[in-house]
Amino acid sequence: MSPSGGGPRIGVVDYGAGNLVSIEQALTQVGARVVVIPDGDALRDLDAVVVPGVGAAAPAMARLARHGLIEPLQDWIAHDRPYLGICLGLQLLFDGSDEDGATTLGILPGRTVRLEDAPTLPHIGWNQVVRTREHPAFDGIADGADLYFVHSYAGAPSEDEAVLAMTTHGRPFVSAVSRGALLGVQFHPERSGTDGLRFLANFVELVAAGRGAARLARGVA
Amino acid sequence: MLRRRVIPCLDVADGRVVKGTRFVDLVDEGDPPELAERYAREGADELVFLDITAAPDHRATLLDIVERTARRAFIPLTVGGGVRTVLEMRDVLRAGADKVSLNTAAVADPTLISRCASRFGRQAVVVAIDGRGQPLVDDQTEPSWEVVVKGGREATGLDAIAWAERAVDLGAGELLITSIDRDGTGSGFDTALLREISSRVGVPVIASGGAAGPADFVSAVRDGGADAVLAASIFHRRIHSIAAVKAAMAAAGLPVRLVPEVAA
Repeated sequence: MSPSGGGPRIGVVDYGAGNLVSIEQALTQVGARVVVIPDGDALRDLDAVVVPGVGAAAPAMARLARHGLIEPLQDWIAHDRPYLGICLGLQLLFDGSDEDGATTLGILPGRTVRLEDAPTLPHIGWNQVVRTREHPAFDGIADGADLYFVHSYAGAPSEDEAVLAMTTHGRPFVSAVSRGALLGVQFHPERSGTDGLRFLANFVELVAAGRGAARLARGVA
Repeated sequence: MLRRRVIPCLDVADGRVVKGTRFVDLVDEGDPPELAERYAREGADELVFLDITAAPDHRATLLDIVERTARRAFIPLTVGGGVRTVLEMRDVLRAGADKVSLNTAAVADPTLISRCASRFGRQAVVVAIDGRGQPLVDDQTEPSWEVVVKGGREATGLDAIAWAERAVDLGAGELLITSIDRDGTGSGFDTALLREISSRVGVPVIASGGAAGPADFVSAVRDGGADAVLAASIFHRRIHSIAAVKAAMAAAGLPVRLVPEVAA
């Protein structure tokens, strides 16, 4: 895949959460045209949105609100547009977080809870991601592949349908979810070596295929 | 199951990787991003850059190599050496680092740990502690270690174990524990120091200082309770490969991430 040119336009939401270089660079590496998204208006003309981030939910929600991003993101997902949430970007999809009592986006039923019986916290390092069902985002990645984590909390969906993969640190927790065009992962694909890049390449390919389908549906050549 | 990590450390001075024994006799070893990419390919689980540049105006050079590394090596990067303020930490993270390691500046002002942790999350804050074993005095039976700073040149009077516990209370998400006695000697990690600390804190402990061969990595984890093991010269000088170290750890029953051999 070429690093520039006709790849899908993917917006990485910048709400002041530190290192964006890794995710921008990893997406570029696998063929996306990456745009940094500072506010809700900038979501127009995008093929997909990526919400990265680490840390606590309340300050993240405050920053999203300040940048006018909460409703646009909720609308984006309600219209089943492609979304990838990474780490905090996954946790924010649930109703709320036990970490600081924050109310979050309320897209997936459930809460973000502290990892139970973990031998060490934060859970930092490479751990196995075991799929509960197949998804094209994991094509070419071995079931149980080691991917990189850094977190102390994880989303606990109250319904099983969205669960895509599990990982164990102390007890098993949900390490990936999907629903329609929505994907969320607790691991960091941008920091998970070749398997992580493969995951992002699959995501970009899915976005590109979906964009083609959408254009066909609109009758655009 | 969470894997035990193997972490090559690159000493960086004036934008180049250098090698030497405790900051003397430095020899140019190459371009940091290039070496970082090579280590990532060879199975490194993370990378640490330790900036040992003495010049005060080296920030821009450091940020440039951090950014170039983040563009090439898609594994986590920790940067240590000379970060003294929340703003300096922000700049290093924005350049593409995932974590910053605080050492001398945290001893001088422990609130730096809590301020950085509340701004960036504790997962981004590594506190590096250099410990030196103390001679037993009077009727003392348990060993003790004193915290030293400035690359081991300055004693602080702080007890290393007490400082480790305090650093975690203040917000450290990881501890990087170096035995100054063992560092550069190839006489193995100080597993007693590691055990004293890893048994008292809930955060991951990274062992550093003294690696000579794969067996030392095994004992740092098994006897020292370390979650990750860091080494510099044995990897730079190609005395042992990361794959050989991991194979020894796997053979000892430790969970490691095995990377398939990649054609050069």
